[in-house]
Amino acid sequence: MKMGYFPGCSMGGSSREYGESLLAIAPELDLQLEEIHDWNCCGASAAHNLNKKLSLALPARNLGLAGQQQLEELLVPCAACFSRLAGARHELHQDEALRHEIEGVIELPLEQMPRSLNILDVLQKVFPQELNGRLRHPFAHKVACYYGCLLVRPPAIAQFDRPEDPQVMDQIMQRIGAEPIDWAFKTECCGAGMSIPRTDLVGALCAKILEDAVSRGAEAIIVACPMCHSNLDMRRSAINKAAGKTYDIPVLYITQAIGLALGLPPKKLGLHRHIVPVRLPERAATPVLEPVSAQEES
Amino acid sequence: MSAHAASVVQGAALADSLHSSTGVDVTRCYQCGKCSAGCPLAGEMDYPSSVLMRLLQTRQPEMDEKALRSHSIWLCLSCETCFCRCPMEIDIPKVSDFLRAEAVRQKKVHPAARNILRFHKSFLDVIHYAGRLYEVGLIADYKSRSWNLIQDVAMAPVLFFKGKLKPFPHLVKNRRALHKLFKKTQNEEARP
Repeated sequence: MKMGYFPGCSMGGSSREYGESLLAIAPELDLQLEEIHDWNCCGASAAHNLNKKLSLALPARNLGLAGQQQLEELLVPCAACFSRLAGARHELHQDEALRHEIEGVIELPLEQMPRSLNILDVLQKVFPQELNGRLRHPFAHKVACYYGCLLVRPPAIAQFDRPEDPQVMDQIMQRIGAEPIDWAFKTECCGAGMSIPRTDLVGALCAKILEDAVSRGAEAIIVACPMCHSNLDMRRSAINKAAGKTYDIPVLYITQAIGLALGLPPKKLGLHRHIVPVRLPERAATPVLEPVSAQEES
Repeated sequence: MSAHAASVVQGAALADSLHSSTGVDVTRCYQCGKCSAGCPLAGEMDYPSSVLMRLLQTRQPEMDEKALRSHSIWLCLSCETCFCRCPMEIDIPKVSDFLRAEAVRQKKVHPAARNILRFHKSFLDVIHYAGRLYEVGLIADYKSRSWNLIQDVAMAPVLFFKGKLKPFPHLVKNRRALHKLFKKTQNEEARP
């Protein structure tokens, strides 16, 4: 499957391993990605805080450039970028006068704005047909699937299955052999953009998330957002300080977990870049039941 | 003058300028409190979101003033939990966005929120200059604004060796287009 690709800034910096693992599994899943030429930052958490027009113009320029490349669908792996791109498209579709105004600002037409898809949308699309029989090392661990905010909210933009108790990531993790736990902090906020100005608040919010996951027996937390990852992984000392104890549970991107299950080398998936070392208890690999392949065999 | 500033009529109640600028109508709120109950930072706020809605509903200048000068609007994480659970579907994060921009414009930013504002400004500085976020630039810009010189210094070498800190920015090629974009959307906040 071919689609457009908006990597977003963090893929080249603080969440480099997310980009690396995504690009590593893409060929395995027969996913061809075409990057938007000369894309710019979506404005993320800062622009909408101070300047509404700028917060629309920044993502709109990317949508305009993607339109020029005739891209109809865009994979936007960062949850914050996804929210800004999908949100801008939604708002500009609803308000024609505003769309014309923004077209004037970015000097690009916005008649053909591509639809943004988050990583879970895309994995859901490419998984069913493609994964059968390819699991070399089933990811046989108890995992807490952490969705955070912007993948599931606001519902009008995210259009997720169930905003309060989403299932898509849990289902994908099950397909690669994991056992997702039932827990209470699936969609709670990690503190997002407060990581630098209010590290204390991020520590306190993330401590609650880790405590619930650990107390219910999770061996790893699975995420699909660079901000969730950097807050839960890079801010671990602030979390431990807020909690008054030490957590050693690793945090993996869903693309890394899939890569491991497909037998790709950990280094190619960027596992060595985490602050919290990824040590998972060894398990005797149990064969994964794949309904489709089972049918094919019989 | 930006669209935002143009729609804020001098002397009008905040609830009305909010409505004309964003389409969000706070009079719909009937104080069920679901937003405050679900807010991850309600405990840190001076006025949790349902109280903020009530302040705006009164249309009294002194209540508007309290909303503008509140710490709450700066603590809002835009996690969208309140909007998702509001039975009247009031877009409360949009209310926070509007109030923040207004607080900056009227120079009424809560003193405890100054570092949060400095961080947002640093972020936009970097994007204006490079077109893409560049962590070293962001942190340097933020430190020069906030004088938080010691914060996170110990983490820099670790991140560098993990390959997560690039020493140089990756610039957008068409910087002129980006510069124009910033110029055309500039409002009070962006002026020195």
